[in-house]
Amino acid sequence: MIISNTQEIPGKTIVEFFGVVSGSTVRAKHIGKDIMATLKNVVGGELKGYTALLTEARGEAMRRMSYQAEDMGANAIVNVRFATSSVAQGAAELFAYGTAVTVE
Amino acid sequence: MDVLSYFITPLMLWGAWISGGILERRHLKGLLLLESGSREVLAITIEDLPPDWHVESCELVMGNVVISQDYFKRFAASIKGIFGGNIGVFEPLLERARREALIRMKGVAHARGYHTIINVRLETTTLARSRPDGKGTAGVEILAYGTAITLSEAWRALPGGGGASARPFA
Repeated sequence: MIISNTQEIPGKTIVEFFGVVSGSTVRAKHIGKDIMATLKNVVGGELKGYTALLTEARGEAMRRMSYQAEDMGANAIVNVRFATSSVAQGAAELFAYGTAVTVE
Repeated sequence: MDVLSYFITPLMLWGAWISGGILERRHLKGLLLLESGSREVLAITIEDLPPDWHVESCELVMGNVVISQDYFKRFAASIKGIFGGNIGVFEPLLERARREALIRMKGVAHARGYHTIINVRLETTTLARSRPDGKGTAGVEILAYGTAITLSEAWRALPGGGGASARPFA
């Protein structure tokens, strides 16, 4: 599965469109990490637990998106976009979407 | 005990001011070092490649960072917010986070053997506070992503080829 955020896959041509594919996941960190982050919030700087959480969750969203594209019979996803929103206290939704295509 | 509680907030503010400043300076120093190392990856925001570039393979790469402001600067910003205007203390924070995210994206691309990233985009998201009373953690996530590409060997060997400009230190 080739994934790209450009309108077409560089060096290849699109032969078939399958439509929009998307994947999303909602994640929250366990309380221990939240307490650590609260402490870190006093001195500022990177909240490593949250960075890891979002990286992981975004990977999961992309995996779901590519499974969906595979089911359709596509071999690439172009023009991938990401959206992140806070849906509840301490939880975030990671959403990835793109266009499933076949390239040659 | 009552007397002590008067001192806790100023003490926390002072502690956050000192340690936040130290952490910020250390991060900026680290960024300069890392940026000099990531210069061999060319990141551009344009999407349409020159027609004579022959791309062999491509892959989506990204880098992210969640960063938070220290207690003292948040306090300073809330006071500044009453009067409005530029909230200067937040600008370096976001700038640091963006540079860090770009470096991480370039690092991922470099580790996978790519030297050029096209169509780079930067996204900013505010994460929810972890407690309902509006206190608790608040972070800002910066995400940098783009399409890493490799150019074909034959083209890279041409005089003035993108390979040379993309890898000035290689």
